[in-house]
Amino acid sequence: MKPASFDYVVPRTVAEAVEALGDTGREAQVLAGGQSLILEMHLQRIRPGAVVDINRVPELDGMRVEGDELRVGALVRHAAFEPATAVPGPLGALLSRAVVNIAHPPIRSRGTMAGSFGWAHPASEWCAIGVALDATVEVTGPAGARDLPARDYFLGPHRTARRPQELITAVRLPLLGADTGVGFIEHRRTHFTFAQVAVAAALTVHDGVIVDARIGLVNAADRPVRAHAAERSLLGAETGRLPAGPRLPDGHPFALAGRIAAREDAAPVAQPYADVEYKRQAVAVLVGRTLLEAAADSHARLTAREGHHR
Amino acid sequence: MKITLDVNGTRHALDVEPRRLLADVLRDDLRLTGTHLGCEHGICGACTVLMDGAAVRSCLVLAVQCDGSSVRTVEGLAGPDGEPHPLQRAFSAERALQCGFCTPGFLMVAAGALEADPGLADDPDAVASVVGSNICRCTGYEPIRRALTRAAREQRDATACPARVQPRSPEPIEENS
Repeated sequence: MKPASFDYVVPRTVAEAVEALGDTGREAQVLAGGQSLILEMHLQRIRPGAVVDINRVPELDGMRVEGDELRVGALVRHAAFEPATAVPGPLGALLSRAVVNIAHPPIRSRGTMAGSFGWAHPASEWCAIGVALDATVEVTGPAGARDLPARDYFLGPHRTARRPQELITAVRLPLLGADTGVGFIEHRRTHFTFAQVAVAAALTVHDGVIVDARIGLVNAADRPVRAHAAERSLLGAETGRLPAGPRLPDGHPFALAGRIAAREDAAPVAQPYADVEYKRQAVAVLVGRTLLEAAADSHARLTAREGHHR
Repeated sequence: MKITLDVNGTRHALDVEPRRLLADVLRDDLRLTGTHLGCEHGICGACTVLMDGAAVRSCLVLAVQCDGSSVRTVEGLAGPDGEPHPLQRAFSAERALQCGFCTPGFLMVAAGALEADPGLADDPDAVASVVGSNICRCTGYEPIRRALTRAAREQRDATACPARVQPRSPEPIEENS
């Protein structure tokens, strides 16, 4: 099928975009990258009365560090995060490890990070990283601008706290300190499918002891999940000597955290080729492996820093 | 809606409905049927073209979004004298096509990658990621990987040894605001 007819609006400023969205007489959709929206319009699962194309609003483009946060404008494409050095520190490493799992280069050259937050698909890599790191979604509506913490933002599949007349102007992610190691691992059937499960992890380690843990679960519930229970189980644990290879001994703190994430944090929704039990098993295994990757990353960063000081 | 589209170096003034896809305008209005439409879901990649130098799925871009942009399709790869593009020669040499339906999309995603990354020849992971962008049901991808690597090496060697015969350089892609 082809998209049904709609009014096409091309605002030049955020104010004009909000005004176009505020016209409540018709259902309006924001077009940024369009890599999900135009597909849904093909299928006519979405038939907007108006499409507000924000691609010509210069103030929505670009990302920059503001204080201890990275502010990502609504027009920043996925591809911008591919170089690990595009964003400073471990956050840049985490985003670059995650981004290669988002579709393919020709999709990443159009799709945007803020668009992923707007679309709020449970299998979105960015959204899980957002809840794990306590990101903030900036929106502007007829009543002005407001900040929505990621933890209160996702309400279910494609359902968020954004009101229909509000435009996402940016997503803010806290930068990660040099003592934090990161990992991201995704599991899917083929190169062309969404994640069955993926895990993002950030571990802050002081003198071999975990002092902060962040774990985000992709597609492990009807919305992105922060694995609080698994994170708590890690606080105070010693990373010790890391096991070689991906298989963890049953009693290892990372294996334990994986089982806790699968049992207490995940609330999997059955999908074709991945029933609830399968997803719980995948969460348990992937959380363990991703924590191992994050611990190894933290160790490598420490070694590099010590080498640098010598 | 009236738009201006620069396609393969030729400017076209068009009047298109906002709901129409770039792929359909290229094929039906401009009769550039080298760009193929497969799944129309953004998955197969047969419709891939370059928009302001970046590979995009022309089934997931509205034509009106490209107002003022420069678009390059498979018809724009060969030289003005009909001389095949280095990628086209490499695809032929490596037998990187059988039925040919996916080929325009693969050529364009490869052309975008070659122009963006001069170091592609020495980065097998990046080559794999480009080859993995599109679907081919005939070749099993390996000949396509070899073809892209061959063209990337040719480009690298031509840059490294200016004494050798230079392959035709691609037309400059205009920057658009």
